[in-house]
Amino acid sequence: MIPAAFDYTAPESVSEALEALRSDAEEIKVLAGGQSLIPVLRLRLAAPTLLVDLGRISELHGITDEGDAIVIGAMTTHHDVATNPLVAEHAVLLTKAAETVADPQVRHRGTFGGALVHADPAGDMPAPALALGAEFVITGVDGERTVTAADFFQDLFTTAVGEDELLTKVRIPKHTSWSGHYEKFTRVAQQWSIVAVAAAVKADAGTISEAKVALTNMGSTPIRATAVEQALVGQPATAGAIKAAAAHADEGTNPLTDTNGDADYRRHLAKVLTRRAVVSAAGV
Amino acid sequence: MTQISINVDGVNYSDDVEPRTLLVHYLREQVGKTGTVIGCDTSNCGSCTVHLDGQSVKSCSVFAVQADGHEVTTIEGLAVDGQLHPMQQAFHENHALQCGYCTPGMIMQSIDLLNENPSPSEEEVRDGLEGNLCRCTGYQNIVKAVLSQAEGARTPSEAQGAQS
Ligand SMILES: Cc1cc2nc3c(=O)[nH]c(=O)nc-3n(C[C@H](O)[C@H](O)[C@H](O)COP(=O)(O)OP(=O)(O)OC[C@H]3O[C@@H](n4cnc5c(N)ncnc54)[C@H](O)[C@@H]3O)c2cc1C
Ligand code: FES
Ligand code: FES
Repeated sequence: MIPAAFDYTAPESVSEALEALRSDAEEIKVLAGGQSLIPVLRLRLAAPTLLVDLGRISELHGITDEGDAIVIGAMTTHHDVATNPLVAEHAVLLTKAAETVADPQVRHRGTFGGALVHADPAGDMPAPALALGAEFVITGVDGERTVTAADFFQDLFTTAVGEDELLTKVRIPKHTSWSGHYEKFTRVAQQWSIVAVAAAVKADAGTISEAKVALTNMGSTPIRATAVEQALVGQPATAGAIKAAAAHADEGTNPLTDTNGDADYRRHLAKVLTRRAVVSAAGV
Repeated sequence: MTQISINVDGVNYSDDVEPRTLLVHYLREQVGKTGTVIGCDTSNCGSCTVHLDGQSVKSCSVFAVQADGHEVTTIEGLAVDGQLHPMQQAFHENHALQCGYCTPGMIMQSIDLLNENPSPSEEEVRDGLEGNLCRCTGYQNIVKAVLSQAEGARTPSEAQGAQS
């Protein structure tokens, strides 16, 4: 279907974009890669009167090394995250997760920032960002503020980004000598995660010294599996020890029941996928 | 109306479009590139795949205004002087189509796939075509056609020719 008519502006700087967001149009929407928004507009599930396209703001594109962190511009595509050498070196979990998003065409357009602000509980980028302790830089007319992942994801499709604000970049603390894996469970190609698990581990001489694990689609926001993390630290990197720790994966979760599976099935999946994710990450 | 300038298959076009015009509708209805088709309403099928600045995109999920100032290649821009692109030829030789509806998108995505990974495994070909649905072939011959164009691969006829 053809979307309802709207006005369109494509500013070339963040400040111009922020100004456009404060115009007196009735309903304003930010357009990033459009891979979630355009399908919604085509189905006429939303009918904004003004679209503010971020695609021409060069300062929002790209990945830079800033000492103890890498910084990913909000408009960086999934494809660029998946193929960037800095990400592979310092946050390989993000590389692995970005590779699983949708299909190649969607990864060429869809953006890291868009996927995070969209905050679909089944989306694949929020859990890895949470696991790696990402810091979200939100810009408004009064300047920038930085929020943690725990504060960023507030509810289903709801984040800390206000209506007249933009997510401009995301700082990912370097996890240089860590390994990582994103284990995504789907039943058909090109499907959203039924459940998925993001795991990053650091092992010294066969012992897990640090572990970060987060779950996709086990609640309305991504969830940190802290009980699993605590159970992993100090353990030998063996299949048996990892399986025992993964048994805690559903603690504190609140998965939904839908046509892809009921809540109990998802709880079961969380444990199995956590075991697989940590086993792969640890190279067992 | 917004004025846009787009290079489509090597030719520059300047046109007025409504901001809500999808790239696929612009290509088909204003430029006349009806080789690019629409197969769904949900951004899933990939039959509308074109290259935007050399990368595959679903043209039903891009607004024409977003392509302003950029280059688009459609299935109609592949053949040179009546000579099919090697991937088009490979689809023909490997019987990689039946009704042909998915074929324009399938070929555009297959070319993108080999641009990014010139010698993929069979599994990588299947993954790389994840965003393109075919309701006829069962994919077997499509995968075969793509693999026949991988770096180092040869079609049976080429291999025979080399022997004689
Ligand atoms: C066929 C298909 C399959 C898919 N499968 C998956 C999948 O398996 N896993 C997955 O994670 N995703 C999947 N996606 C979604 C994809 O990842 C999208 O790219 C992503 O959800 C949104 O990013 P975008 O850049 O396209 O944002 P848009 O669609 O442009 O925007 C999404 C929302 O975020 C807002 N927004 C975007 N950027 C900003 C910003 N910088 N500041 C403030 N607000 C902003 C917009 O206003 C809008 O509300 C799929 C999409 C399609 C079409
Ligand atoms: S028409 Fe189906 S994905 Fe574009
Ligand atoms: S050949 Fe008919 S849909 Fe692919």
